[in-house]
Amino acid sequence: MRNNTWRFGGGIAAIVLSIIVFIVPFIFIFLTAAKNQQEATALQFTWPTEFALFDNIVQVLQARDYLLLTAFLNSVILTVGAVAIMVILSAMVGFVLQRRRSRWNPLVSGLVLAGLIIPPAVVPTIWMLQTLELFKTIPGLMFVHVAFGLSFCVLLFRAFMATIPRELDEAAIIDGCGPIRLFFTVIFPLLRSVIITVIVVQAVSVFNDFTYALYFAPGDENATVQLQLYNFSAQNVTQWNLLFANVLLITIPPLIMYIFFNRQIVAGMTSGAVKG
Amino acid sequence: MTTTTTRPGAGVAAAGEDTGPGRKRRGMKSPYPLWFYMPAGLFYVVLFLIPTGASFYFALTRWTLFDIEFIGFDNFIRFFQEQALVQGFINTFIYAFVTSGAKVVLGLLLGVLLTSQIIARGYLRSVVFFPVLVSTIGVGVTFKVLLDPFDGLVNQVLGWFGITGPGWLTDPAWALMSVALVDIWKGIGLATLIYIAGMVAIPQEYFEAAKVDGANSWKNFWHIILPLVRPATTTVIILSLIGGLRSFDLIWAMTRGGPGFTSDVIASVIYKQYQAGFYGLSTAGNVVLFIVVAALIVPLSAWLNRGEKDA
Repeated sequence: MRNNTWRFGGGIAAIVLSIIVFIVPFIFIFLTAAKNQQEATALQFTWPTEFALFDNIVQVLQARDYLLLTAFLNSVILTVGAVAIMVILSAMVGFVLQRRRSRWNPLVSGLVLAGLIIPPAVVPTIWMLQTLELFKTIPGLMFVHVAFGLSFCVLLFRAFMATIPRELDEAAIIDGCGPIRLFFTVIFPLLRSVIITVIVVQAVSVFNDFTYALYFAPGDENATVQLQLYNFSAQNVTQWNLLFANVLLITIPPLIMYIFFNRQIVAGMTSGAVKG
Repeated sequence: MTTTTTRPGAGVAAAGEDTGPGRKRRGMKSPYPLWFYMPAGLFYVVLFLIPTGASFYFALTRWTLFDIEFIGFDNFIRFFQEQALVQGFINTFIYAFVTSGAKVVLGLLLGVLLTSQIIARGYLRSVVFFPVLVSTIGVGVTFKVLLDPFDGLVNQVLGWFGITGPGWLTDPAWALMSVALVDIWKGIGLATLIYIAGMVAIPQEYFEAAKVDGANSWKNFWHIILPLVRPATTTVIILSLIGGLRSFDLIWAMTRGGPGFTSDVIASVIYKQYQAGFYGLSTAGNVVLFIVVAALIVPLSAWLNRGEKDA
């Protein structure tokens, strides 16, 4: 009896509260993005009298010579590139780190932890990027993301590597595999589930990153979507409908990721966290 | 375990030559070559380790666009003398402690709620977690509007109940706390999720045994759940403290450290000094932040993990 009261009473209370706290802000984004400019200025939580969502999206995409579209392209290139490099390189590190006992291991593990804790030094990194002539470029930003994201990926790969039996390595070695073939044709395909986890978690974090884009690739030319949204919000104080259409657009990629890879995201964020 | 040492350079050359199929390796080489560390190490060393090391030197210089001059500890002295910078230093701690404290308490409560037998658990878990994945700038922009002192939805709703809401982001007394509140809103899902993972791992036998002994739900919580989710608590505290101490983007998107410098933190001071062209001072801020994070996190995680075997 008591159990049922809790089950439904508690549940319904929680649902109502969750709608107020978590759903309403998202509905607000949607509604404002769907209004025309005058109506949006009032910033009210009302249904739009004229449903202009599509127009607004087209308008915000075209604004300032298709800047948002370019930014989307930049963000996609950045995310795909950074995540691909991170996955391959950190899987290699995780592989050797877990399999081979060498005197380098404590050092490598220490550096991995340092990478998780230490806040990156901004100006010296810019100085380094300038020396390499990568400052304000998409590859530069991509490499920075790789350098800062490796630690987390290595931890996940090392933990997962322990579940792959060594007998497989031995069999492959007897069959004449060198290290490269052993890793890329035998081990790497077996890492599939953790690779998916790393990809989605890092893709969301690279795509959503604002700080590093602001520091290492400022300006309009190579703007990512986050930077572009920030610039737009700083300049545009009147066109709330377009601003929120912009917010809505950059919320969609993570939403799609979440719908399809819910389980992997949750696994990655909690398992990586456990060791962090 | 092979104990032969492989010289990295030799490994690269050899691997470059015979990646072809079926060539058997001489038994001397380890199948786990150390040069596998090198590509990742290159990125890490060049773009993270060297800049971090260099920051200790640059922090001791007066460094502008044009020249660089060694000035010893002047930057640090300035950092702790200028009112605006000291305020940022203090705010960093307030912000980090408030957000991580709230995430522990609320995350634990939500974790208990979302592992208990209530309807719509799946829906609730997804909804609480989703803000974690949304862009921080998007969240900042949205809440800046919702927390507007006059037109904002929050104050309008408070108005229905006859409460005059404060100028959340415009009142110096409230600005930092308002941003912290939004940070909690956005980050609570991750804390909850970590707690849920911890709670699900508790064996049911404990609860059954406790039931036989006549324990009520409060006692279950206090004597079974709370001690057994300690690893989760450790994780939540460490993660949210690191995040809180380093946090920049939400503050920058919502207040830019304002009004005045009442919601500045070290990370935003670093950016402001960089923008103003005081590269040395900015880097000194970075070193301060590094020391703060290390001095808090390292002993804290050692203390929280005491007596636990690192599996």
